Amino acid sequence: MTDHIRYEKDSDNIVVLTMDMVGQSANTMNLNYQQAMDSCLDRLEKEEKLAGVVITSAKKTFFAGGDLNDLIKASPEVAEDFMNGTLLVKKQLRRIEKLKAPVVAAINGAALGGGYEICMAANHRIAINDPKTKIGLPEVTLGLLPGAGGVVRLTRKLGLEAAAPFLMEGKQVNPEEAKAARLIEDLATDQADLIAKAKAWCKANPNAVQPWDDSSYKVPGGTPASPGLAMKLPIIPAMLKGKTKGRFPAPEAILSAAVESLQVDFDTAMKVEARYFTSLAIGPVAKNMIKAFFFQLQEISKGGSRPKGFAPHTTKKVGILGAGMMGAGIAYSSAMSGIEVVLKDISQEAADKGKAYSENLLKKRVSKGAMTQEKADKILSLIKPTANADDLAGCDLVIEAVFEKRELKAQVTKEAEAKMLATGVFASNTSSLPITGLAEASVRPANFVGLHFFSPVDKMPLVEIICGKQTSQETLAKALDYVLQIKKTPIVVNDARGFFTTRVIGTYVNEGLGMLQEGIAAASIEMGAAKAGFPVGTLAISDELNLQTMRNIRLAAEADLAAQGIKLPEAGADHVIVKMLELKRAGKAAGAGFYDYPQGGKKTLWPGLKETFGAGTKEIPFDDIQERFLFVQALETVRCFEEGVITSVADANIGSIMGIGYPAWTGGVVQYINQYGLRKFVARAQELANRYGERFNPPALLVEKAEKDEIFE
Amino acid sequence: MTTEAYVFDAVRTPRGKGKKDGALHEVKPVDLVVNLMHALQARNPGLDTAQIDDVVLGIVSPVGDQGAVLPKTAAMKAKWATEVSGVQINRFCASGLEAVNLAAQKVASGWEDLVVAGGVESMSRVPMGSDGGAWAMDPQTNLQTDFITQGIGADLIATIEGFSRDTVDEFAYNSQQKAARAKADGSFSKSIVPVRDMNGIVILAEDEYNRADTTKEGLGKLQPSFLMMGQMGFDGVALQKYHMVEAINHVHTPGNSSGIVDGSSLVLIGSKEAGAKNGLKPRGRILATAITSTDATIMLTGPAPAANKALKKAGLTYKDIDLFEVNEAFASVVLRFMKDTGVPAEKINVNGGSIALGHPLGATGGMILGTVLDELERRGLKRGLCTLCVGAGMGIATIIERV
Repeated sequence: MTDHIRYEKDSDNIVVLTMDMVGQSANTMNLNYQQAMDSCLDRLEKEEKLAGVVITSAKKTFFAGGDLNDLIKASPEVAEDFMNGTLLVKKQLRRIEKLKAPVVAAINGAALGGGYEICMAANHRIAINDPKTKIGLPEVTLGLLPGAGGVVRLTRKLGLEAAAPFLMEGKQVNPEEAKAARLIEDLATDQADLIAKAKAWCKANPNAVQPWDDSSYKVPGGTPASPGLAMKLPIIPAMLKGKTKGRFPAPEAILSAAVESLQVDFDTAMKVEARYFTSLAIGPVAKNMIKAFFFQLQEISKGGSRPKGFAPHTTKKVGILGAGMMGAGIAYSSAMSGIEVVLKDISQEAADKGKAYSENLLKKRVSKGAMTQEKADKILSLIKPTANADDLAGCDLVIEAVFEKRELKAQVTKEAEAKMLATGVFASNTSSLPITGLAEASVRPANFVGLHFFSPVDKMPLVEIICGKQTSQETLAKALDYVLQIKKTPIVVNDARGFFTTRVIGTYVNEGLGMLQEGIAAASIEMGAAKAGFPVGTLAISDELNLQTMRNIRLAAEADLAAQGIKLPEAGADHVIVKMLELKRAGKAAGAGFYDYPQGGKKTLWPGLKETFGAGTKEIPFDDIQERFLFVQALETVRCFEEGVITSVADANIGSIMGIGYPAWTGGVVQYINQYGLRKFVARAQELANRYGERFNPPALLVEKAEKDEIFE
Repeated sequence: MTTEAYVFDAVRTPRGKGKKDGALHEVKPVDLVVNLMHALQARNPGLDTAQIDDVVLGIVSPVGDQGAVLPKTAAMKAKWATEVSGVQINRFCASGLEAVNLAAQKVASGWEDLVVAGGVESMSRVPMGSDGGAWAMDPQTNLQTDFITQGIGADLIATIEGFSRDTVDEFAYNSQQKAARAKADGSFSKSIVPVRDMNGIVILAEDEYNRADTTKEGLGKLQPSFLMMGQMGFDGVALQKYHMVEAINHVHTPGNSSGIVDGSSLVLIGSKEAGAKNGLKPRGRILATAITSTDATIMLTGPAPAANKALKKAGLTYKDIDLFEVNEAFASVVLRFMKDTGVPAEKINVNGGSIALGHPLGATGGMILGTVLDELERRGLKRGLCTLCVGAGMGIATIIERV
């Protein structure tokens, strides 16, 4: 039974427990662990002269936390069983801290989630000072809370306010930072030092007691009964709601459990925590988030959409055409991953300016202490700014990031293809022009692909890979390998106007502008988006994008389609954009759009919206505003599936969250439909269609799946 | 209604500044009440305290000095008859008027005959919020009920109704003017009982919070009270609900919000028979009482719906009411009441209100009932209506008719 945890007692009667779970690359809190730890505890409790216990790991990490495969199965029907299971885990940790000898957590690798919760049940924590080791409680980022006593113990250990960033934001820190934050007490240089220090501490503190078991202990910062905390307490939930908009139950549950835990004794607090943990685990949001941010993201980063049968490809030299904001950002991200970069623009000056972008970002990293000057210099030296196309020689990947003009793109394509490796991949960073059309300029259309980066590139993790009609599978594989190489998240879509992300976010923006035309108050439109969980409202986003740009895209699409004999229907949004342009309110860059931009002040909605569009003359249910934003994008996504623009549910979910700000609580644009329930979703879509227009009519694929009681998988 | 509820007497302490340097800070809350109990006996020599069924007092923070059923404690300390019972009630700012209403209902039901109502609050000693409570202090409850503080609601009303800073300051200025005049011409003297110490030495004889020298310019210079906490988070909670509002205009300041003061009030209510038995002369009759609630986030729009409800119960309309006391918790509350009901300014708070005089939470309801009764008598008018906005959206009203 104890195979998973080795039990070694030394001559001083100090027992070292080494967690080394058989058949697993990391230690996790599963049934095997629980049984192994139980039998260790049985033995420890029987030891007559026990002088100390040291818990450490034989794996690369200390302990990886709970098993999400189990967690995701929790449902309201099994709430009580789930909670009882949680209480058992807590009971075991309680046995550890109630041992009649000091217990030290010897942290020799990442201790996250359940891993750090084990550490908190020890009397003392020492970690090997490896700056790459992460310590923290990331449960909240998956819609959960640290349910093995983490909320109760950390709140008691650090106090409510100091514990908040770790519990409510999932902040992770390295051992040095952890020591400064009092998450751990000591640092060690290596494993030998770690064990030696742990044993020494046991000898020096034979009567160690947990602070919460010491009746004279005072929680730092006090309890809700202390005047200082009591004064702040009423506004803390309001501050939180400003962030969650009521859409993320986990931070709310954590705050609630933490405060309530301070009102009662330790063992009662454990029960309170278990009830909140259960409520999150059986609820939809944790499932949505675990699915997206754990399982689907893992699938994507393992190359889930990568065609099989091609050897992994490492990009060595990338040429970037156009050193504007996008090109400069791509250059930075590539160089950061050690790739040689040729950053080309029409003049040396423009190219140098693009390189300066990386220089600035690196300078900031160095000044923050996140990087050495030497490393920054090395990265910067990888970027060669140039105006000479000859420098593209030897590039196995060229990405064009020039203006969205067909002729210009065709010209740079020809120019680059003549210089780069013939086996190389040519990628266009277009956000809206169909790849197949752009590939017509290419002499090697099979090597031509779309790589749609998001701005600002250094911060946005997503890259949308677009396959044109002639893009080869090998090219796709290479493009995907490159995206992973620069540590970004690739999703793969097929060619169509706007691809996936641009097309879907377009429906969001149009919906908001259409509401203005309907007469809905501008503030309600923006708050509706915020309350649904979107990071930026549609009017604000339009101002950022610039209405003239939006109009140009629309006109280009109209012209393209007209050439095919198709007429693009006019929507409310188009009238709004045309009117705003007439009024010379093109957006933020113009200093006036849907918002006013006072010098040095906060932007405010333009009061003229009322007069111009009758905004505020019509009221619709606030739920409808929110669901129109969520539904219109979900429905467009289903159409993308019907048309084969996107084929992977994981790609759609992750793409929508990371690329276009679809609310994280939903688990993505497809998971939103799944968790809504397809039959319910269809009925609501029909209701919205009756009220607000046929764009809400559920597509056939959706209706069909609903009728068969299927979900999108 | 089986029995009519009559008001025989109404007394109050002066309002002392609710700070350490306020004159009543040195006076224990129980003594604020005991003082008034003795005054009631002195003013009504025929009163046999053994006939009093109950003492119902509003206390918003019934902890510490104000805890443990202060009304009964006060009755004991005042040496009232053993039979007199006591109860403390809390309906936030309506506590005092709720005590009046409850006393009237007790009498009207016929199950009790003589009841003392009123309230006490030593805000300098037991500050607002001293009693904690789940609404503000328990995060889960706070989150589920969209808790914000009243001031944000007051500013939200002003924002929605378009009451500018100038408008609310003008209202505050008028309140000060009216209060100064009322104080000078003795309008309050009938009800005010000076607070005395154990030796009979007067500690405070008159209201001390109001500022007769208040100017509009001075009011205009005050900093908004709720801007910071609004920006910290409360505005966001309100706007997530009142989504058509882009931003809250924080117009309320210490100058146009009710003052924090110490004070107490008692109102003697009973049946005609009980009055006769104790040699009491009926001064007024309670025609109707009402309690209701509106949205808790905007919080302070309860007065008009409560007044509507009371008027309907009494079979009256706004035209039948000669004088109104609408508690000046914040200027926007009264302005909104005027807008909702169409009642003209000259009928409302003719002797000023809480902005000038202060709002000793639990005591205020009893105080304004006395104020309106005194004024009806002085002007020879018939009916008055008292109303207050109340935490969590509630509203309360009482209609009294002079007899």
